[in-house]
Parts: sequence; structure tokens; C-alpha cells
Amino acid sequence: MPAFKHPQILIASNLTDGEVLFLGPAGWERDHRRARVANNADEAAALEAFGKREIAANRVVDVYLADVEIGADGAPTPLHYREKMRVKGPSVRLDLGKQAAGEAR
Amino acid sequence: MTAHDPRVAQRPNAPTTTYRYDEFDAAFVRERVAEFREQVRRRLSGALTEEEFRPFRLMNGLYLQLHAYMLRVAIPYGTLTARQMRRLADIADKWDKRYGHFTTRQNLQYNWPKLVDTPDILEALAEVEMHAIQTSGNCIRNVTADHFAGVARDEIEDPRPTAEFLRQWSSLHPEFSFLPRKFKIAVTGAAHDRAAIMVHDIGLRIVKNGAGEIGYQVVVGGGLGRSPFVGKIVGEFVPRADLLAYLEAIMRVYNRFGRRDNKYKARIKILVHEKGIDDIRAAVEAEFAQMDRSVFSHDPEEFQRIAAFFEPPPYEALPAESQKLRAHKLETPVFANFVDVNVSPHKIDGYAIVTVSLKPIGGVPGDATSEQMRVLADASERFGFGELRVSHEQNIILPHVKQDELFNLWRVLDAAGLATANAGLVSDIISCPGLDYCSLATARSIPIAQAISKRFSDMSRQRRIGKLGIKISGCINACGHHHVGAIGILGLEKKGQESYQITLGGDPTFSAAIGELLGPGVTADQVPDVIEHIVDFYLAERQEGEQFIDTWRRIGHTRFKGALRREGEDGADI
Repeated sequence: MPAFKHPQILIASNLTDGEVLFLGPAGWERDHRRARVANNADEAAALEAFGKREIAANRVVDVYLADVEIGADGAPTPLHYREKMRVKGPSVRLDLGKQAAGEAR
Repeated sequence: MTAHDPRVAQRPNAPTTTYRYDEFDAAFVRERVAEFREQVRRRLSGALTEEEFRPFRLMNGLYLQLHAYMLRVAIPYGTLTARQMRRLADIADKWDKRYGHFTTRQNLQYNWPKLVDTPDILEALAEVEMHAIQTSGNCIRNVTADHFAGVARDEIEDPRPTAEFLRQWSSLHPEFSFLPRKFKIAVTGAAHDRAAIMVHDIGLRIVKNGAGEIGYQVVVGGGLGRSPFVGKIVGEFVPRADLLAYLEAIMRVYNRFGRRDNKYKARIKILVHEKGIDDIRAAVEAEFAQMDRSVFSHDPEEFQRIAAFFEPPPYEALPAESQKLRAHKLETPVFANFVDVNVSPHKIDGYAIVTVSLKPIGGVPGDATSEQMRVLADASERFGFGELRVSHEQNIILPHVKQDELFNLWRVLDAAGLATANAGLVSDIISCPGLDYCSLATARSIPIAQAISKRFSDMSRQRRIGKLGIKISGCINACGHHHVGAIGILGLEKKGQESYQITLGGDPTFSAAIGELLGPGVTADQVPDVIEHIVDFYLAERQEGEQFIDTWRRIGHTRFKGALRREGEDGADI
């Protein structure tokens, strides 16, 4: 298991429409700010295990953990620019994706 | 698939210049839609896991990307009817986000379809004789061709009948449905290569031998991606009668010897590179000699039947030069610029080929709104026999426009934001979707294209610079053809940041060349400055009549590199 360096959240794609989802306290969320944060390796493993069960239940696909930083408001923000893109939408079409619905910040 | 059955009544108002499905084709595509509908149902019910389902969705052109699914629709050899273009617009409105993205393989991609809607989308496509089959997976992909096919002045023969013949041969070919990797074929019949055949797995160039017979120069092992190679001639002159058998022999050699242990070494270009073209030629010829060629025997009647679909439309007899056009150019300079840059000579007197740029200044290369698609469909019917082409340069071509009508067409295009006069100029940039959409990308490419386009927004400056192909890819897979850009840009990740490598001297034509690296990568913000330095240096050095690539070849890569180094700040980091 790789060393745990940063807090992590669980990201997936919704099976039926491909939308990016984040595992929250009570299930999948469309807004990353409500994602449940793993603060150590055990918590990250628990998130991953949940993700595997959700794949098996045909709710999501392409599930993985992403490193985040925690803002002053306590909300997680992805560290890598790829996941930063996923929580917003295309940078060249601000009218599309989560950013258009005001879900991204 | 077979060619159209002449006993079947032709569709009313169908353009005379495109292939039309017969009953077999239509039934095959309908069955394929029904099959995929059932596969989706089983996936949603849990009867199929994602691992089991993925090959099925990919075989039907459906990918999972960064924000949503993506559906890639095949546009064989880039030819579309007005009716098909309207249907693409309708699909964009009903099931997507009111736009589509035309790609470097002459296809169209929807960026936001839902899995649950995809069977309905495919059904809507099937109604207008379209599909998404073989736009993904390790099979022979959509066969591409010169976008000026059938109308170019420098053409020996229209490549589309050959491309259609190959499409039928390769569709669901049982031997070639599970190749070591994807396989791309391009065809040209012209003296100038507009189809980039030298950088395809197989490139076909229609040629005439000393006896005046039509045949094919067959190039094999070209390709871009992680390991770019210019293709090599495996068959100098393959008679038309032998073409299918010869290609079958190439595919068998690839299927037998191509590597399957490493996906990065599985393309035929690696096989050709590792074995050498002489060994490959010997293997192909041995296979050709021993194979049962009877099943591939050429049927001239069948070829002619297919070729008949691509007969020229009923052109009028017109003077070579249009007085109307001349007058409009004098009256309206901005129209004159459009004609000078975006209009090409037609093989028929009084007609013209129009390139409609999908590269407005600061726009997304290759994107068209559903409304623009409808404008293009209407324009093709009003001005050009209802036919359109998609170029691998991500533009739309209206191939049969009367010179007398160019001004009226231009006004229609201008009103729809489709009259940017930059075809082939510095802002006519090829760009893959990059990290704004693509899950494989390592960096964004569209914003780089937009920034360069804005930097060179002065159209008179663009015309002074002349023909200059900039091509941008957002990862090493090179969908944006950066290796063959006169200026190529490759987006990579470097220490957690987007970084861009720049190459010079790439060439996608018969004189194909892979660009040479300028140096270490630069940041996104630095790219427009670096490009501007390169262009300014070129302008200072060029001689009369030279394009960028000519100057670069004459004075050499080292001079360009050295000049940038001396420029200081921005250039020093290259």
C-alpha cells in the first residue's frame, strides 16, 4: 500500500449518465465539497472498499481515491489539476458541467 | 456490406454524390442498434459487469471521459449529406448540449450523452444511414480520405470509391476485429496529400503506371502517438485488381507478427520499424502468393457500381471566371480575403471548393453548435448539391459551390459566425479535446489553441505569415497530430503542472517529416510568446515565396533554436 500523504476523497462516474460523483457521508454526492474525507490509510481503505461494493452494485464505474487539501471552510479541494477539472467542468466552456450549475467552486 | 442495389428506389432528394445504404446495410445497422440496446439493458440490470460491457460500448463508439460519456460517430471518408448533418444537429439538441466536436479522423464526437440514451441516439443515426461502429477498439477504424475528393484539380481519381470499398471489406471483418491495436487507413487520389497518408498504418495513393493503368502505391507503418514514424512504401504499384488481397496479406502479417505483449509496441509501425520494410515486404508478398485470393478477386462491376454513387453532380456549363465574383471581391474587401484564403480551385470551370473554418478567433477548434450545423446543411443544399465534407483539419468543406454564388454563401456563413478567413493560416489550429474532456489527456490543449489564436487575431498579419500549420495534442497519443505540425505542441505533466513541448518542422504531406524538439517544456502562459518568437524569426529570415516549413528546412532547426535562446526571458526556458 502506498504511503498516505494527503487527505483523500473517493471519486466515481455515475453509471447511467457518466456524471462525476463523490462519496459523501450518506451516499454519492454531485458536489465535491460534501465529500467524505479520509484522513489516514485505514479510512482511505474503507472508502475504497465501499467503492468496490458500489461498482458491484452497478451504481458507479471508474472509482478511485484522489488527494485533496482541506480549505478554511473545512471543504476538500483536489490537489491535482486533473481532478480540479473534474469537479468543475471544461475550462473552455464555463456554461457546462458542474460549474454551470453552481456546484463547483 | 454491399453497394447500393440499383433495383431499390433511390431516396428522394438524395445527393447524387454519396454512398447510400441498400437493404442489407440498413438491416445490419438496425440489428446492431438492437443488439446494443439489449447490451445496455443487461448492463443496467447488472447482468453484465463494466469489465464485460466495456468492449461492447467501445465497439459502438461509446467512451467514458472526464465529465461524462462520449459518443464518437463515424463519418466515412468525411462525407456527409445535408440530411445527415441536420440529424447530427437534432441529436445534439435532444440528447447532448447543443454542439458537437469534429475530429481529426473526420468523425463527430458528442461530449455529454447518457448511457441510457445511447441506443436511441444510435437509432436516430441509423435512420440517416450513420452509425458509430468501429470508431473505437482494436479494429480497422473509419477509413479517411482527401476532403477535396472528387473535386480537386490535382486528382487522378476520386479516392472515395476505394475508401468505401475498404469500409465494406473491413467492417466486422472476422479476422480483424481483435487486432493487436487499432488500425487506421487513409486514401488520396491527388498529387498533393491532404489526407496525411504517410502517417497512417496504411496509406494508399492512387497512381497511374506507365501504361496508364490505375493502381495504388501502398505505404505501411506510418503513425503518430508515443513513437511517431513516417510510413514506408511496401508496394510501389499494386493493381486495383489485387488491392483487397494485398491489404489482406498486410493485415495477416500484422496479425501474425504484431506484438500483443505490450500495447505501446503493438501498432504495425513498430513491427515495420523492428523488422525493416524489406522483411515486411517479403512477408506480405509471401502471404499474397500463397493465399487463396479467389475470395478477394476483383469484381470490376462491383467497383463501378460503388463508383457510380460518387458520380459528379449535374454541374452547369459556366465560364471559368465569374464576373460576379470579381465584382463582389472589389466591392467587399473582407469577402475578397475570405475567397483568397478559404476558397480553392475546382476541377469544373465556374465552381469552387469552400473551406468553412471551425476555428473562429478564440474559439474551440472543431466545435460547431447545432444551429451552425443546420446553417451548413441548408447552405450545402442551397449552394452545393446537399453535400458536405469534414476535413481532418477539423473544418467543413462545401465541395461544389458556383463562383457566382460565393458572395451569397459568404453572407450566410458570416451571419452564423462561420466565415473566419483563416484556412491553412496560423489560427487554423488542429487541436484534440485535451484535458478539458479527455480522460487520457495529460494537459489541456484547447486553451493553448485559443491563446495562440487570440495572439494572432489580426487577420492581415495572419495573411502576411502565410500557410503555417500549428497542431496541438494534450497527450502522447497525438490525436492533435502535433508530430506533423510545422509547429507542434504537446501537453504533458511535469512536476504536477501542465507543461508544453514544442516541435518544429513536422509535415503531414507526401514529404512527411516528424517535427524536431525545440527544448524542454514551457508553461501554458509562455506558449503564445514562444510561438510569436518563432514566427517573428521566420518572418525575418524567409525568402520570397517561402512558407514556414521551407524556411525551416533551408536554414535548419539549429538556427531556430539558437534564435530563441538569444531572445532571452521567454525563449530561454525552451
